Amino acid sequence: MKYLHLIWAALFRRKTRTILTLISILTAFLLFGMLDAVRTSFDQAGKSANGAERLQTGSKLSFIQTLPQSLELPISRVPGVKAVSYANWFGGAYQDPHNQIFSFAVSPNYIDQFPEIDVSADQRKAYDNTRTGALVGEQLAQKYHWKVGDKLPLQSTIFPTHDGTKNWQFDIVGILHPKDKSAGGMFNQLILLHWKYFDDSTPYNRGAVGWYVTRVTDVNQADRVAKAIDAISANSDHETRTQTEQAATANWIKQLADIGLIVGSIMGAVFFTLMLLSGNTMMMAVRERTSELAVLKTIGFSSQSVLCMVLAESVLMLLIGGVLGLALATVLLPLVGGASGGALNLPPVNANSWMLGIGLMVVIGLLVGALPAVRAMRLNIVDALAGR
Amino acid sequence: MRKLKNFLIGLGLVILLTITLMLWIKLPWQGAAALVVLFALWMALTRRGRQAASVTMVGISTLRQRLGSSSVIVIGIAGVVGVLVALLAMGEGYSETLRKTGSADTAIVMRGASASEVMSVLERDNVVIIPQARGIVHDAQGKPVASAELVVAANLPVKGGGPDDVGSVQLRGVGDQAWAVRPGIKIVAGRKFTSGMRELLVGQGAQRQFAGLNVGSEVKLGNQSWTVVGVFASGDALDSELWADSNVVADIYRRGGSRASVTVRLANPQAFDAFKAELEADPRLKVDVSTTYDYFSKQSEGTSKMIEGIGITVGLIMAIGAIFGALNCMFAAVAARAREIATLRAIGFRGGPVVVAIMLETMLLALLGGLLGGALAWLIFNGYTASTLAAGSVGKLSFEFSVTPALLWSGLKWALAIGFIGGLFPAVRAARLPVTTALREL
Repeated sequence: MKYLHLIWAALFRRKTRTILTLISILTAFLLFGMLDAVRTSFDQAGKSANGAERLQTGSKLSFIQTLPQSLELPISRVPGVKAVSYANWFGGAYQDPHNQIFSFAVSPNYIDQFPEIDVSADQRKAYDNTRTGALVGEQLAQKYHWKVGDKLPLQSTIFPTHDGTKNWQFDIVGILHPKDKSAGGMFNQLILLHWKYFDDSTPYNRGAVGWYVTRVTDVNQADRVAKAIDAISANSDHETRTQTEQAATANWIKQLADIGLIVGSIMGAVFFTLMLLSGNTMMMAVRERTSELAVLKTIGFSSQSVLCMVLAESVLMLLIGGVLGLALATVLLPLVGGASGGALNLPPVNANSWMLGIGLMVVIGLLVGALPAVRAMRLNIVDALAGR
Repeated sequence: MRKLKNFLIGLGLVILLTITLMLWIKLPWQGAAALVVLFALWMALTRRGRQAASVTMVGISTLRQRLGSSSVIVIGIAGVVGVLVALLAMGEGYSETLRKTGSADTAIVMRGASASEVMSVLERDNVVIIPQARGIVHDAQGKPVASAELVVAANLPVKGGGPDDVGSVQLRGVGDQAWAVRPGIKIVAGRKFTSGMRELLVGQGAQRQFAGLNVGSEVKLGNQSWTVVGVFASGDALDSELWADSNVVADIYRRGGSRASVTVRLANPQAFDAFKAELEADPRLKVDVSTTYDYFSKQSEGTSKMIEGIGITVGLIMAIGAIFGALNCMFAAVAARAREIATLRAIGFRGGPVVVAIMLETMLLALLGGLLGGALAWLIFNGYTASTLAAGSVGKLSFEFSVTPALLWSGLKWALAIGFIGGLFPAVRAARLPVTTALREL
């Protein structure tokens, strides 16, 4: 620590070079921060404590196959089940059939299964009392400038009403506020409608339910409850498949894309380039300071402390650039998410990303510093001073 | 005063840079080739040009001594171009797979306001009316080439996954006319299914992704056991589907006489407008008509735009890093050669040729980097298969990354742009260095 000013002076000996290198490091870690945030958000999807309590039951045949609503009662009788709710895919689109919006027709207690989603008490009451009521996600409401009290015309891409058109009219009675941005992000983009009104108004549903969401009393019993739920309809024509919310989400993401692989290969390319670049800077820095290092050794610095100083310099360089880059990512991510109007739901950089990032900075710093540091340590004083 | 002058020069450079880059992005390859020819002529024919050429030769001949820092430029830019091209190739492959599925002379008819086939339901009477429209090709027996099809989703175990690892696949119920509508489909193993039987034809892509889809094996779909009797290849999005007799599928999935869509082959692309107008004017129908080309292009639009957006964002951030890396190396190179450059200017070389020489050197390195990055992306990723849940479909779509010449060219353009920016500032510094100071410097 007492050599810090010396290391600092060495680092900023050539200001232009150090600053240019720092900006390169900064951009690398900016990218790391952003990509790692995306990766963890996919990893963490459904892994919240509330999510662990929830089971999703869908048709075993495929996700578009529906289940009868009559399963509600037998599921609620399974020991260990706290509450059952159900939902159906409404397939809503706003203004243009291609502008699809996540919209579910749900049972009255559906929202109770998600304690991480906040709906104010009077809005909740209004929702319960309005047949055509709709709860809309916070970001969705912002994006389309919807307010409580607005009429909401939606087109269903699947279900016609009794008059044969697919135009539906709802009343916005409340806003869904996810308390935990990373876990409840989906609700920002969601519209919840009444299943009862939906089922009454379309001739095509006839009591069908897309999936059940069940809360269990004890998380450790979740597997047993899931098996018991599936046993109810075993060998019927509507066999079910029950998974924890976490497993179901993980399965979806896996089908969507191998996020880990994509992020991993980009980061591999970035860090390889970064190592080469900062390694080159350190080599140059040590080469042009050869005589100074020799002077240090002459006045009594041991070879080890010269080694450590060069290593510390390179680690310090990586840390300054990297921390700035990660900080920038932390600031930028919510801004980017905000600017996209909720189209991109980017989570903030979390503590784990910071830990991983700082670990990477130290490791890369040591790696790129190693060669110059060893060279500095092995320096022969006489040769170096003579400029040989 | 001096500071102001420096600031103005810097500002001027930045403005020049912005304009050049904007023009550069728009430039087609012919324009770039013309620029190269013009530049070569300038170098060969004018006095300034010959000066620039000789200074460049000196710079290039000393490259070997600066191998470390030159390779930083090359590899840094190769990284940017490689990642950019790979990401864009993913988007390109995805949209190309969907685009190829459609053509301008086939049309798809679905219920009005249905975003995709799986959401559409056409009742029996509609399915009968639609093929009677004019503009549809008729086959040798005089029947219209129109295929009413049903699309459902099914869960199947994923290849290489655990017993609980299921993926979604799109099951299409088709009739005889499906083959006439899409003549490009070939059976590569086994045979077609027999109508009325629970037999499956599987697409190559589906076979690659899901376990147990070999000819002769039994799979369970929709509570029933099916026999796989053949494999087909189409080279597009249909490759990821399973095909079976539409009546059997409708029976098992309880769809009765309804179908999801009717795909027809038109006499020629010009017949489409009349065909569409006729169906839309028919009071018995409430349908949307589009060419399959439009339909599939529209399905891929959102996802491929998103992939492109991600690719360009990641590319831009990496490019900024690479620009500063290149600046660093070129500033170091200029500093190392300060005396040499000052000597040249002392004996009468002008500033212009010096600027050109340093820029050329950087852009040459950038070009190398771009070629390397493009070649790596092509070697590793061209034809690499990936899969995703496609918009508008209910199954996993398998597609191949496609590194096209256009993508490689845009990668090269990025590389040269990075080289241009990375070389410009060091070059200007070299040309503006006071000769006397530089010569005194050790």
